[in-house]
Amino acid sequence: MKPAPFDYAKPHSAEEVFALLERYGDDAHLLAGGQSLLAGLNMRLSAPAILIDITGLEPLRGIVNSNGVLRIGALTTYAQVKASAEVARAAPLLSEVIPWIAHPAIRNRGTVGGSLSHADPAAEMPACMLALEAQVEIAAKGGRRKVAAANFFRGLFETDLKPGEMLTAIEVPAIRAHYRSNFSEFARRRGDFAMSGLAAHARFDGEVLHDVRLAYCGVDTRPVRARTAEQVLEGRTLGREVLAEVKAALAQDLHPPDDLQATGEMKLHLSQVLAERVLTAMARAEGG
Amino acid sequence: MIADREITLTVNGERVVQRVAPRQSLIDFVRENLGLTGSHVGCEHGVCGACTMRVNGLLVRGCLTLAVQADGADIHTIEGISDSGEIAALQAGFLERNALQCGYCTPGMLLTAADLLKDKSSPSREEIREHLSGNYCRCTGYQSIVDAVEDAAQAMAGGSS
Repeated sequence: MKPAPFDYAKPHSAEEVFALLERYGDDAHLLAGGQSLLAGLNMRLSAPAILIDITGLEPLRGIVNSNGVLRIGALTTYAQVKASAEVARAAPLLSEVIPWIAHPAIRNRGTVGGSLSHADPAAEMPACMLALEAQVEIAAKGGRRKVAAANFFRGLFETDLKPGEMLTAIEVPAIRAHYRSNFSEFARRRGDFAMSGLAAHARFDGEVLHDVRLAYCGVDTRPVRARTAEQVLEGRTLGREVLAEVKAALAQDLHPPDDLQATGEMKLHLSQVLAERVLTAMARAEGG
Repeated sequence: MIADREITLTVNGERVVQRVAPRQSLIDFVRENLGLTGSHVGCEHGVCGACTMRVNGLLVRGCLTLAVQADGADIHTIEGISDSGEIAALQAGFLERNALQCGYCTPGMLLTAADLLKDKSSPSREEIREHLSGNYCRCTGYQSIVDAVEDAAQAMAGGSS
């Protein structure tokens, strides 16, 4: 379908963006890569009066790694994340997840900031930010603030962004010694949103696991950490028994609802399979 | 009343200045305003790949890009890259291998395959399938398309050595 009519503005400063947001309020929608927004408008899921194209804001671009923090500008595309040597070094999980996200043409335009602001519960990037305990940087007319990824995602397509605010960057703690990460998912077709996806990050003291983070997408109204399963793994070595305990714990942590793709029961099963796959892959990975 | 916007861009090497409604997609713009109907409209929500085109050297979905966003851009459609001879080997491969039936997906397939071969001279079948995974074909079952891309890669490698 074609979208309902909307107006369009392309400001070149954050001040202009905030002025437009103030003027139009809920009738305005920010446009970055547009790969979810424009699809939704074409399906007439929403009909904003005006799109504010923020791709002219140069300060929202770029990837910088300094003082142990990888700062990724909101307008960084998936393709740019994948191509970045800095990301591969400081946050390998983010490099590894990109091929799971959509397709080349979408990855050329879709942005990290756009994905996080859109907050699709089945999207991969938000789950990775939970696993890496990233900070979301938000700007508004009055200044800037930071919020932990864990507090940023509030519900179905719902975030901590308030009227007049704009996500400007994401700050990811650079990977430390002995940490490893991995991502995997089940989807109906290559590039589709996940029926269940798992972003994992943990420290390996030899074979012993510490500080385990298991962040799932596709199983709730927002990305979620599997806290009970994480606790089970603390200080343990991966093995058949531990994996059985992890799977039992996941049944406490995750309560996926039925949807068009699968029953909740099946999604829980897939999530348990993912835990085994992802943790096993991490345990087998070289060094780290 | 929402005012049309003037955009200036290059399409297949030619400068274009036009007025467009903000809601018009890039795919509708090239098809309806410019008469370049080689790029097709399929699902209109970014899933099928029939509207694939190149903006500033990068593959994009024409249905998930607004014409106003293409102001100042350098655009190539299937017409442009066909006329330039860039995808001649792929076209020959598709013909030889019967890699199309109705042809609706073919322009998008060719652009996406060309995008793959630009970076990888001899991709594996798995890599070909991965790169083309966002382009749907309802006729061929994909096997012959993968064959055709493989053939073209070999032909191009042979031609340049």
